[in-house]
Amino acid sequence: MSEPLPTPWRAAATLAVVAALSALLIGLTWQLTEAPIRRNEAAVLRAALDAVLPPGEGEVQTLTMPAAPALGHAAAFTLWRRVGAGQVQALALPVTRRDGYSGDIALLVGIDPDGEVTGVRVLAHRETPGLGDKIEHTRSDWITAFRGRSLGDPPPAQWGVRPEGGAFDAFTGATITPRAVVHGVRDALIYFERHRAALLAPPPPVPTD
Amino acid sequence: MSATPPTASLLREGLWHQNPALVQLLGLCPLLAVSTSAINGVGLGLATLFVLLGSSLAVSASRQWVAREIRLPVFVLIIATLVTMVELLLRAYTPGLFRALGIFVPLIVTNCLILGRAEAFASRVGWRPAALDALAMGLGFMLVLVVLGALRELVGAGTLLGDAERLFGPGGRGLGVHLLPGDAGFLLALLPPGAFIGLGLLIALRNHYRLRRAGAAPAEALPGAAPA
Repeated sequence: MSEPLPTPWRAAATLAVVAALSALLIGLTWQLTEAPIRRNEAAVLRAALDAVLPPGEGEVQTLTMPAAPALGHAAAFTLWRRVGAGQVQALALPVTRRDGYSGDIALLVGIDPDGEVTGVRVLAHRETPGLGDKIEHTRSDWITAFRGRSLGDPPPAQWGVRPEGGAFDAFTGATITPRAVVHGVRDALIYFERHRAALLAPPPPVPTD
Repeated sequence: MSATPPTASLLREGLWHQNPALVQLLGLCPLLAVSTSAINGVGLGLATLFVLLGSSLAVSASRQWVAREIRLPVFVLIIATLVTMVELLLRAYTPGLFRALGIFVPLIVTNCLILGRAEAFASRVGWRPAALDALAMGLGFMLVLVVLGALRELVGAGTLLGDAERLFGPGGRGLGVHLLPGDAGFLLALLPPGAFIGLGLLIALRNHYRLRRAGAAPAEALPGAAPA
């Protein structure tokens, strides 16, 4: 009476059970890890914001801007501003470069209202370990060379790496990575100049409750 | 169940006689790509070991009721599930290491060592030898990852365990040793060619040792003849 199922059905049932178990396990793991993963990502972003924005009293707010291909954003993107006393004290522009040595380089560029760089950090990259990864602040202080620079300092033509006539150091054996970062900072400054009014417009007063 | 190989022999197979990296030449893509430092080696080695152990146990436990015809999709499902879990856990609890290992954690799915052990061994034996075999093979793989990573880190960057905080948190910072002054290091070792040269040297060293022990007769088959 208890005839065994024909083989294809049995096989399909086995696969379905295994797939359901897999989905269950992954779902449980996600439940367990979702909060810490979000915390980690927020911590990375907060540390980067603290590093690129000058210290100040104001509170950090987000501002959404339309797509900016020059910064590597094909769709509307979010930037951060430190706002205090109704004034924008500094802002942090995210920049994605596609001309690194391998994969995208995500930068965060801090700029003050005068158009001076207040700090730059690399948020994510896949550059060669021991070579291109010196753009990371934890590996070398190269990235701090941008602080205080602006579009006139150095002049626009010198926003490049030294082997190519620019004003910024490259690494031994790695020119492409630092060049991408230098150009990313330069393009962030150009973007700031072009959109200065919108970027520095004080936020609408927040209704207090 | 057929005769189960004794524990010691399983361990010897995984670590030395059938070492997955040096003899079977399996899983070379992650091995070569990630072994830029000893810590990376430990990290990916542990992740691979965990997935291998979990998949071998699951494959062995389910071998009675998984028909031969569908065993490969089932193995792949099991392995993919474990890798996804490892990836989530790494992202949650060791984010620095996750950033360092990057794409190679998801790529554990494609490490043919894991599917190979599931098919060739775990699906034919009970859970005890399956787990032991996974442990031995995983350790053998990790051993090569760590040795190659240490070698490349030492020659390429002049440090050893220089990025220990990625695995052990801030407390690991003191573990690192800086052996060469400043930034001195032989860059080639960190680049992909350095990985191939390093692994080649390790295989050559092992073959040299075996040939010397076997006397002058190079009777045994040397690795590298068969494609991985």
